[in-house]
Amino acid sequence: MSTTQTYMHVSQSSDSAPLLEVRDLKTHFETGRGRVKAVDGVSFSLNKGRTIGIVGESGSGKTVLSRSVMRMLPRHGVINDGQLIFDGQDISDYTDEQMRRIWGAQIGLVSQDPMTSLNPVVRIGRQITESVRLHLKIDKGQANEMAISILKSVAMPEPERRMRSYPHELSGGLRQRVTIAMALACGPKLIIADEPTTALDVTVQAQILDLLGSLQRERNMAMILITHDLGVVSDRCDEIAVMYAGKIVERAPTKYLFSNMKMRYTQALFESIPKLNAPSNVPLRAIEGRPPDLVNPPLGCSFAPRCAYADERCHTLEPPLMAAETPGHVFACWNPVGGMPPPPAHMVERLGVKPVREEKFFKS
Amino acid sequence: MSPEKILKVENLVVTFPAGAGKKVHAVSDVSFELAKGETLGLVGESGCGKSTTGRAIMQLIRPAQGSVNFEGSDLTRVKGKELRRIRQGMQIIFQDPISSLNPRRRLKDIIAEPLDIWSKLESEERYDRVREMCDQVGLDFESVKDRRPHEFSGGQCQRISIARALMLSPKLLICDEPVSALDVSVQAQILNLLRVLKSKYDLSMIFIAHDLAVVKNISTSVAVMYLGRICETADSDTFYTNPAHPYTKALLESVPEPDPSLIGSEGKMRLSGELPSVIDPPSGCKFRTRCPYSQDICAIQEPELVEISAGHKVACHFPISR
Ligand SMILES: Nc1ncnc2c1ncn2[C@@H]1O[C@H](COP(=O)(O)OP(=O)(O)O)[C@@H](O)[C@H]1O
Ligand code: SF4
Ligand code: SF4
Ligand SMILES: [Mg+2]
Repeated sequence: MSTTQTYMHVSQSSDSAPLLEVRDLKTHFETGRGRVKAVDGVSFSLNKGRTIGIVGESGSGKTVLSRSVMRMLPRHGVINDGQLIFDGQDISDYTDEQMRRIWGAQIGLVSQDPMTSLNPVVRIGRQITESVRLHLKIDKGQANEMAISILKSVAMPEPERRMRSYPHELSGGLRQRVTIAMALACGPKLIIADEPTTALDVTVQAQILDLLGSLQRERNMAMILITHDLGVVSDRCDEIAVMYAGKIVERAPTKYLFSNMKMRYTQALFESIPKLNAPSNVPLRAIEGRPPDLVNPPLGCSFAPRCAYADERCHTLEPPLMAAETPGHVFACWNPVGGMPPPPAHMVERLGVKPVREEKFFKS
Repeated sequence: MSPEKILKVENLVVTFPAGAGKKVHAVSDVSFELAKGETLGLVGESGCGKSTTGRAIMQLIRPAQGSVNFEGSDLTRVKGKELRRIRQGMQIIFQDPISSLNPRRRLKDIIAEPLDIWSKLESEERYDRVREMCDQVGLDFESVKDRRPHEFSGGQCQRISIARALMLSPKLLICDEPVSALDVSVQAQILNLLRVLKSKYDLSMIFIAHDLAVVKNISTSVAVMYLGRICETADSDTFYTNPAHPYTKALLESVPEPDPSLIGSEGKMRLSGELPSVIDPPSGCKFRTRCPYSQDICAIQEPELVEISAGHKVACHFPISR
């Protein structure tokens, strides 16, 4: 067992059985240019009714991760590895046929662009009733009533009238309410929301996120909330995982992620956000450059080429996930904010060595 | 003496036909001034008339009423060649940079395009200028010159459109939601770039956005629009320390704060409902259908934009005071 996995194990909470467990998930694509390691060894678990936020820049693998969890990947050229346990079942090798019982009914998806999940030439009402009737054995009339009540629950103004609208007749915010309604229609246990508000105004974003939060509490659903903006997840998630170049580089309960941020990439993401309490007209601390090409990721820490704190070691040796001082908190960084935490006593005992301290690996 | 104004917009009205001989007022009676070297943040939700105001200033849409004074001429009164000549001094960049660039042309020709219309530079000189602008916006000319727009990321396309907009050395740059579609990390790069270019080329800017934290970072003054009207305007310091309009308050409280310790998330002001249609706007105060402070008079009488302190104007019967 690798050190990484040992640490991951330590950080897991054990109070109740997780609804979703993702273990060392890998999704690679064979392309003309070589193998794209879009998701490369991701592990986390999510309990019933809880929310995990997954944060990272475009191209960091967030969408591929959510598609992998749903097992909605292209048929060809995909290498998929790792374990997915959903609600007690190992779905790692489920066929599309088997997944069809889970999509919609057990796991609902809300994506960034509602226009891609809505059929532009079908009225809203029919889209909802059809997806409901696919999973629940009810007649047209019942499905109709149910659709109206779902639209009401997502605070759609004039739901009866909206049933007859086409998607393009609605604003971006109302369209997103429709996709949420559809994702909720069959009472799933898990909602995956992939950048659900990125294309929307801040006011509408706040409404939609409030709505998702209250529906989630009401129905005790778990949620994976994916975004590029740390601001969006800061008050809406129990736990946050930061993703970079296909890997989770820091994961912590929300309050610890902000009070004891360790990984330099998390810090850089945080600092690049314009803040209302910051003075006007001062330069932002932007992260220069772009995330790496996932065909040829850099040696060592994949953030090293853009990191202001990178040293020799960062360019040659990849940091594993290490335990922070705060409980349930792991990070992968050689020069963390606030310095390297002391190794936890039980780790030293168990491994019989001082785990992942610089002396062990490097002497330059 | 007040600083020299580069742009003065007075009583701007833009209407669109709404069928059956009706007209909708997309912009109603909008006035503001922009001093040289300043950046005005124009803020509001989608559909409130920000982009239309930007386009009407450029005369890309002809206003129904009002005047747009830019460097001594009223643009609403000039046309044809004369208008095109004056308009060289103002350029606009858009939210969706990829679709605003011609997909079939190569990058060097996309950036050089404004030159083709206005000057007959030899191709050597043209590309020298393109090379210089690429340099300024952080693009490596040699490696990008022969590529086409789809080969670039959103952030790079925004750099390309900025380079292109600066080719004719404009004095005024209108940025219409230039960072709304970008990741926060790229957004910070573009905001910093705009700030540097602004002082380097003595630009004045109108920065259109819906996120007040973004606007605070880049603007020296702010105007908030709601349903075609300005409801609050002030210099940035006053605006952010003493916001007075209920709509401004709602916009401020919708900004996602990236730090849970700053968030008293309970009791935040949230707007209910949607922006009403401009085809059938509410009577009285346009914001009253979503305003928690609304009283009877708000439905009867439209509040005027009045000055409540030096340079701070608010259109509300019951402005919030601290
Ligand atoms: N079907 C595919 N074939 C090849 N590469 C892909 C495919 N889908 C996604 N990728 C690549 O995987 C990487 C991660 O993409 P994505 O998950 O969309 O990132 P994010 O959601 O964080 O923006 C990108 O480099 C993307 O180009
Ligand atoms: S490991 Fe090194 S390069 Fe990577 S984030 Fe930490 S300091 Fe930066
Ligand atoms: S005038 Fe009335 S309705 Fe309008 S913003 Fe002020 S309090 Fe609200
Ligand atoms: Mg994505």
